[in-house]
Amino acid sequence: MIKKTLGKIAGLLVLLLILSLFVFLLLYIAPGDPAEKRLTSQGVVVTKEVLQAEQERLGLLKPFFVRYGEWLFGVVRGDFGLSFKDDLPVAPKLLQGLKNTTILATTSLVFSLLVSYPLAFISAFRKNRLADHIIRIISFIGNSLPNFLISVLLMYFFCIKANLLPVIADGTAQGLILPVLSLSIPTISRFTRQIRSEMITQLSEDYVTGMRLRGVKERYIALNVIRNSLGHVITIVGLQIGMLMGGSVVIETIFRWPGIGKLVMDSITARDYPVIMGFVLIMGTIYVVINQLTDLCYHLLDPRVRT
Amino acid sequence: MKTRSKKTRAKLMRRIVIAAAMAAMLLVVVTFAGVFAPNDPYATNAACIRQAPSVTYPCGTDNLGRCVLSRIIYGGRTTIAATFFLVAISFLIGTVIGILCGYYGGMLDRILMRSADVMLSFPQMVVAIAVAGILGGGLKGAMIALGIPMWVGFARLARSHTFSIKHAPYIQTAILAGKSTGYIMRKHILPNILAPILTNALTQIGITMIGLSGLSFLGLGVVPPQAEWGSMINEARAYIQVAPWAVLFPALAIVVTIIVFNYLGDAVMDYRDL
Repeated sequence: MIKKTLGKIAGLLVLLLILSLFVFLLLYIAPGDPAEKRLTSQGVVVTKEVLQAEQERLGLLKPFFVRYGEWLFGVVRGDFGLSFKDDLPVAPKLLQGLKNTTILATTSLVFSLLVSYPLAFISAFRKNRLADHIIRIISFIGNSLPNFLISVLLMYFFCIKANLLPVIADGTAQGLILPVLSLSIPTISRFTRQIRSEMITQLSEDYVTGMRLRGVKERYIALNVIRNSLGHVITIVGLQIGMLMGGSVVIETIFRWPGIGKLVMDSITARDYPVIMGFVLIMGTIYVVINQLTDLCYHLLDPRVRT
Repeated sequence: MKTRSKKTRAKLMRRIVIAAAMAAMLLVVVTFAGVFAPNDPYATNAACIRQAPSVTYPCGTDNLGRCVLSRIIYGGRTTIAATFFLVAISFLIGTVIGILCGYYGGMLDRILMRSADVMLSFPQMVVAIAVAGILGGGLKGAMIALGIPMWVGFARLARSHTFSIKHAPYIQTAILAGKSTGYIMRKHILPNILAPILTNALTQIGITMIGLSGLSFLGLGVVPPQAEWGSMINEARAYIQVAPWAVLFPALAIVVTIIVFNYLGDAVMDYRDL
């Protein structure tokens, strides 16, 4: 087990290294010269002398791997460079955005689990009955809706037609309702489908048949099935993280929620590359770490997959 | 029991036929966009800006007086063509690499599958947003960003299925009969692993459409004035109070299209699982 964990950590480090290399390369696949981009984004008229001085100052004339090493060393110490826009450090901005995004994503994740578990339960235990059909149709449609569409439609019906909620997520609890709902609807649909199929698998296991034969009450069977399907939650949450990250960018942009997604969209418009790079690095790291953790939890919880 | 499974089989087949017919209908409408669109999708008309749906403009007009229905039909062409192209390319590349890896194994297999694993270990949409954002938007950038992780799914699927039939007697017989490796791959392996890969391709269509229209909505995909559903909704949401039809009709188009293709994918998957 220890050897395996160490191997996993080594694999994780390699992945993070590849991620950092990819992020660093992003600056180079961008059309144009970084120094020039920086100057133009600040509105400076680019002449040859100014450009050369800027290249010197940014250390762009050094060899590639030296620059990569210096950048990586900075990143490890939490220094993500200076913003092209206002020359302020990028790291505090990213952290502030990340905090707000975490609030949004966590609320949505908890809400989704709380809603989808009972739905999946009803659907699985009433398989092929009316309730099951309704839940399946709704979750199928919810799974087919893009995030941005849900946000725009919710905004139209709740804010403009009914005038119930604020259009802009202003940081109050009321402002959080629509972004969370937009982020949750596809998640709930997905969770419901996955938990339902897990519960149906559980229901066809021998232990359920055994309990039924012994005349155990349905209530106790249900309790057992629920308990046994709980381990599955970790897997589906891990799978959903990537979707939540992409979705939060869209939703934060629409509702102007001051998260990391809105920050990156603003930075894309302003061609503020250090922020974009920091965004990919942070989100990628979180994603990779969470995936490894879910894998580890899965191994700890289920003795059958331990080999 | 047997009659029952036969019955569900027939029922599932009916679902597939219905879904396929609807998908075919959508394809016909967008392919012959010129015939079905009532107006020129790019013709602006200052005299009828943000007009409610009428006989000439069945879905109303947008901020520049352009016909929303025509833009939906032409936009559908952009979305559906880009999606099909992307899925087809990923399918091709993924399947070829998957078969090669599964058949030969060894070093090649290890290197390619390792890099495939690496590509799957990063959040797809985050990478897509960053790549498309840095490349400065455009349909090409968005397609590259979405296609990078997609071929991996095909490659893995093709590899595992090739691997499982590699030692089957009919393959061994073909080898003993002196058939060339290329011939075996084309005539014996491909037909036998095609069904699961095609099913995967069908399910990828809906996912790709969601991703593509999402990127366009963010301004990272199709660039206006070219019509695309995501970018149409993004443009029109600024004046949704005065002209809700300019948002609601493209929204309806997206929902219907994605549901049709997802339904088809689900039906085919259920049929195969039976």
